[in-house]
Amino acid sequence: MEGVRYEAPDTLQAAVALLAGATGTSRILAGGTDVIVQMETDLVEPALLVDIKKIRETREIAGENGGFRIGAAVPAMEIVEHAAFSKAWPGVVDGVKLIGSIQIKGRASIGGNVCNASPAADSVPALVAAGAIARIIGPNGMRDVPVEQLPVGPGKTSLAKGEIVVSFFLPARPAHASDAYQRFTPRTEMDIAVVGVAVNLALDAGGTCTAARVALGAVAPTVLLVKDAADALIGTRLDDAALDRLATAASAACRPIDDKRGTKEYRVKVAGVLARRTAQQALERARKSR
Amino acid sequence: MSRKYHVTATVNGDECEFLCEAQQTLLDILRDELMLSGTKEGCGTGDCGACTVMVDGTMVCSCLVLAVETEGGRIETIEGMAKGDQLHPLQRNFLELNGLQCGICTPGILIAAKALLARNPDPTETEIRYWLAGNLCRCTGYDKIIRSVQAAAKEMREARS
Repeated sequence: MEGVRYEAPDTLQAAVALLAGATGTSRILAGGTDVIVQMETDLVEPALLVDIKKIRETREIAGENGGFRIGAAVPAMEIVEHAAFSKAWPGVVDGVKLIGSIQIKGRASIGGNVCNASPAADSVPALVAAGAIARIIGPNGMRDVPVEQLPVGPGKTSLAKGEIVVSFFLPARPAHASDAYQRFTPRTEMDIAVVGVAVNLALDAGGTCTAARVALGAVAPTVLLVKDAADALIGTRLDDAALDRLATAASAACRPIDDKRGTKEYRVKVAGVLARRTAQQALERARKSR
Repeated sequence: MSRKYHVTATVNGDECEFLCEAQQTLLDILRDELMLSGTKEGCGTGDCGACTVMVDGTMVCSCLVLAVETEGGRIETIEGMAKGDQLHPLQRNFLELNGLQCGICTPGILIAAKALLARNPDPTETEIRYWLAGNLCRCTGYDKIIRSVQAAAKEMREARS
């Protein structure tokens, strides 16, 4: 028994080489709030842990082309406390804020929340609605993919062996654009979403919605980007009829499971109600943003 | 023979060295190697907050930090809270107002409350409850904990003015 090998490289190239060359099970370590629990409970026994927190590109929040690039290993607390990012993407921050306790947020990374691939991960619907693009590096170089293409099922991602999510790019915001994320849980804190809804929208000067993206969490094996729900909003002023169509489209997109947090029927119903509320919150924010 | 890693870190202001295996948590090393058993193990999976410590100024569950990650780091535990015989105002108020019963959650709550008051010397009850949401207590019903934090905060504000 050799035990677990721990490496903390300071370049992406070195991290990729370690992961690509690994023979046994390997895991990337960022905040560790999932992988350490999996190790403690013997769900995974990695031969190699690659800590990516010493790699500059994974640990920065930086401006880029008027938008933001967030390192995959940036902990939730740093994102929540980033004033300029919170102003530009309040819905993403709504989601990140819900990732566990203060202690958990001090460690848990945004990249980990995506790559753990929980259908109920709170930051993921908001990132998908935001149109966030993940930058991935691997043995064959760099590629950029929309966040919704990363999770492929509970606990499973589309990453190939040796690949690492480096960062997420969130584009520049036009005037009168904003986003919101709401989740439904029986308790207000320390719970897992029964349903999560993110709405990202832009208005023209007259208040008509010109662009929208709607994403649902915890109602299917992966977070869903629901085009029909967005189409219900585009071209409207989010009047009652538009919000009704949004709610219907959100409920129709659900493919939920029954579990201890809620039945299928309950989740389908709540998805519509929550989509309406979340769209109204995004609308309020968009009206105020410039 | 499992691979061992040599780590040098600062614990409560003192430089210390230890050997660990990669899968050993900071909680394991604090309690079993450094004999700092003030930090408690509750769930071991980051749900209860009993093992809360500060690492490089950030409040974390020490059960969810690998000891090997703390190389060059600054760790603060409950053992560093009192200054010699002089208890921290939080510790004193928890004693005076019975902010504990069995005491297992107390070190983690004291660390978390100290971190809160460093950021916000005058938190509302709601702010205290949300900040401490990651620290579970199965005895007190929380009310005395909240009142102890409020009393300590008041005392610390008055001492400063």
